[in-house]
Amino acid sequence: MQIDKTFNDFVLKFGNINGSGSASANLLCAKALFRMGLPVTPKNIFPSNIQGMPTWYEIRVSEAGFQARRDGIDVMVAMNPQTYRQDVECVVPGGTLIYDSTMKRNFGRDDIDVLGIPISKLCADNWSDPRQRQLFKNVVYLGALARLIDIDNEILETLIAEQFRSKPKLVKPNIEALEIGREYSRENFPNRLKVRARKSTRTRGKIMISGNEAAALGAIYAEATVASWYPITPSTSVAEAFERYAKRFRTDEDGKLRAAIIQAEDELSAVGMAIGANWNGARAFTATSGPGISLMSEFIGLAYFSEIPLVLFNIQRGGPSTGMPTRTQQSDVLSCAYASHGDTKHVLLFPVDPGECFTFGADAFDLAERLQTPVFVMSDLDIGMNDWVIDEFTWDDERRADRGKVLDAVALEQVADFGRYRDVDGDGIAYRTIPGTHEERGAYFTRGTSHTETGGYTEDGTIHAKNLDRIARKHETAATLLPKPLIRDLSAKSKLGIINFGSTDSAVREALILLAREGHGLNHMRIRSFPFGEEIEAFAARHDYLFVVEQNRDAQMRHLLVAETDISARKLLPILNYDGMPLTAAFVHDAVLNLFAEYEDIAEACATPITAA
Amino acid sequence: MTHIAKPKFSHPNLPKNGLGLTRRNYEGVVSTLCAGCGHDSVSAAIIEACYELEIPAHKIAKISGIGCSSKTTNYFLNRAHGFNSVHGRMPSVATGANLANGELTYLGVSGDGDTASIGLGQFSHAVRRRLNMVYIVENNGTYGLTKGQFSATNDKRSKNRKGVENQFDSIDLCSLAIELGAGFVARSFSGDKAQLVPLIKAGMSYHGFALIDVISPCVTFNNHTSSTKSYDYLRAHNQVMDRLDIVASRPEISADYEPGTAIDVTLHDGSQINLHKLSSEYDPTDADTALSNLNRYKRQGTVVTGVLYLDPDEVDLHDVMNSSKQPLNSLGQSELCPGADALEALNAQYR
Ligand SMILES: Cc1ncc(C[n+]2csc(CCOP(=O)(O)OP(=O)(O)O)c2C)c(N)n1
Ligand code: SF4
Ligand SMILES: [Mg+2]
Repeated sequence: MQIDKTFNDFVLKFGNINGSGSASANLLCAKALFRMGLPVTPKNIFPSNIQGMPTWYEIRVSEAGFQARRDGIDVMVAMNPQTYRQDVECVVPGGTLIYDSTMKRNFGRDDIDVLGIPISKLCADNWSDPRQRQLFKNVVYLGALARLIDIDNEILETLIAEQFRSKPKLVKPNIEALEIGREYSRENFPNRLKVRARKSTRTRGKIMISGNEAAALGAIYAEATVASWYPITPSTSVAEAFERYAKRFRTDEDGKLRAAIIQAEDELSAVGMAIGANWNGARAFTATSGPGISLMSEFIGLAYFSEIPLVLFNIQRGGPSTGMPTRTQQSDVLSCAYASHGDTKHVLLFPVDPGECFTFGADAFDLAERLQTPVFVMSDLDIGMNDWVIDEFTWDDERRADRGKVLDAVALEQVADFGRYRDVDGDGIAYRTIPGTHEERGAYFTRGTSHTETGGYTEDGTIHAKNLDRIARKHETAATLLPKPLIRDLSAKSKLGIINFGSTDSAVREALILLAREGHGLNHMRIRSFPFGEEIEAFAARHDYLFVVEQNRDAQMRHLLVAETDISARKLLPILNYDGMPLTAAFVHDAVLNLFAEYEDIAEACATPITAA
Repeated sequence: MTHIAKPKFSHPNLPKNGLGLTRRNYEGVVSTLCAGCGHDSVSAAIIEACYELEIPAHKIAKISGIGCSSKTTNYFLNRAHGFNSVHGRMPSVATGANLANGELTYLGVSGDGDTASIGLGQFSHAVRRRLNMVYIVENNGTYGLTKGQFSATNDKRSKNRKGVENQFDSIDLCSLAIELGAGFVARSFSGDKAQLVPLIKAGMSYHGFALIDVISPCVTFNNHTSSTKSYDYLRAHNQVMDRLDIVASRPEISADYEPGTAIDVTLHDGSQINLHKLSSEYDPTDADTALSNLNRYKRQGTVVTGVLYLDPDEVDLHDVMNSSKQPLNSLGQSELCPGADALEALNAQYR
């Protein structure tokens, strides 16, 4: 059946049972394609369960560099009989299904190629240990698949050698398993598949890493020393990666760690510890997800009102409540923007990928200390736990941590009357001191109760209101310091635009190209932070309609835009996805066209696209 | 409320400690607690202990939760940074602060509501982590600041002011702390300054978690005749187990006690504890006998005070975590940031 070959543009999907050891084989596949120079987008779709439930791994290969998830599977490796039915369905006509034919099965589709490989039998014939029989199944299908789509063998073997560097005994049997799969496919399916991998140079200067590892690295580079956390998917790997990097980069001459990583008893304690450490002059953070944010709320208000720097990595997952712990969403926008009771408002950063998890992760500490307030890095499960192909990290050795307005002992000697909450410079940000700095000067009392400029208790309403106003002013200052939105005027005359933030960006960019090909020119703005800077209103003013793409039911970013800017709510048309899956370009494209159909004047606002990038 | 303004100037003849500081230098702002509140006596004892220990006040961090008791961190040690955090969460704030800089002395002040109810989880975990701090509970068996509700340390069958009986078993924070691995556990009475001051000194010198549960009557809501946390009840039912002397150096120990009744311990920081047992029935360095001793007296309605448990092996969280000897908050870029070259190597790893 194989006629036209398609190179470097396909989606592979693996259907496995979780706990069966498939993860490392599937990652190996993605990594091998990446090493061949191909931009890959792996998505791990896993259950909130340890063993026995269905789990999938998708790899999109796109030489053009599209990084969004894409429906329409070209090659499905179906290793889980429980999900055969849906796994067969998702294969595109002309696609291929590979399955373990030890138990033969008729899949009832004659528009696809079904390749049966007796994987269990091959493993049973070659290994006697039941654990090995199970584990090597994954490597056998990988060997067969690799041959069928031309994954470079040498690269695979190198990766296996790297993977088992600390257990060299395992290298040989893994390579044998690979060969068993390859051999079977050679003998039984002499024709390879229509979709093929071919070496490219598209990943030069790129790395493949998850957002959580990148965020942890950002914290390491930003000189964070205290990490307090409580395990919760999908944030756990931030703390784990921080610990790993700390051991690697921060072990001193005495074998002691220049960092403290502490697993707290809950999120209240985790954030309390981070606040205590920041108060005491260390850079500290916590990493959590929605349920943790809910628990931390009271403390977040304390940090806001008593003006203690604090960095929180919120790796968002599907809510409400325990929700879908292993699925992705952007549904904590409002709960973080205004976390805690009373008038509170917080700085949010919206990284788009692991690259920005690293840079924003590092910047967050400067911002938190400069502004003396909590800063949330609003990542999500898709960015945090999946591997992404991004530009290599860079770091400027000249960069210095911005510790903000801190008075040391020498400076305190010069200050006649220190007032912790006195706005000396007019930007709303007062000077702070670190405990233990000076024998007689600079001590103050930190409290969540209303306070005077010197930190004394007050019930004077005028003083209270004035203090709240000053803190609000700080947030106006914040808007000028935060990462600006990325604006792309793709069709200069267009009166239509798309607004998005975070992990939806690859889908939005691809959708814009699809729309441009169909003659619809839209401009694009990716929001990167809150409080909003003036660029956002300016962009809105130039457009009649703006589609606001987000992954939650209630259009939370749209709410925030309506509440915090003068943009008319009428202009902002929500495009919402909240099924927990990473967004696809097709979804965004179709949603835009649906809105075109719904509002007649919208289509007219489009202009001829001038670029399609 | 007591609003007696303190004169600003210091008398030139006020006695000074080894640092040249007067007691005045260890004071705080004027207390706003009810006249006669036990908590004010605890503040006075803290001032005295710090003065006698000759600690520079700015090397102490005062951390508390919420409650009348927690407010008191403002009423002593003006030269120290204070942190009145949120209700029941002082232990986590103290933990973070301590991780940032293990070299300060951490003085936590809390109430029985703050510690035994809303904060019981955080308290327990700070204990089991052996956080190096002295944790003072000003225990009045009631929620003072919210006007007299029963707290979890209120004894079963004890009555509130209106005659309503508490139906639930009380939590004994000292037993719990011993159970969970605290190194230094003491109980005292706010009215016994002679006992309390050396206990606070020893607690502050102890390297590890030191709990001092101070029965500190609430004159407004829990000082009536049917209360087991009143001044009268304590005077009638206080069983002092031992008397403690603490001195900075060995030669000054007064060892004029009967042989067999005194326990000497040298603390981590070199100071000497001399514990004179008033009862020969128990050994405060043995957790099992310390616990059974507490239980036995509790059944009798007797409040035992003094050092209830002392683990001469001092271990704190930093020891366990193997963190850098230099305070983390004092480390600079060269010690913390791996730099561009290391990042290049990392890039290679992720290729
Ligand atoms: C989250 C929260 N819930 C409730 C309160 C109200 N509150 C303030 S103090 C207090 C009880 C304090 O009791 P305790 O710790 O025994 O201190 P005391 O006033 O008796 O010294 C309560 C319930 C609060 N401040 N925060
Ligand atoms: S209410 Fe009770 S605890 Fe509070 S200040 Fe008055 S006497 Fe003290
Ligand atoms: Mg109380």
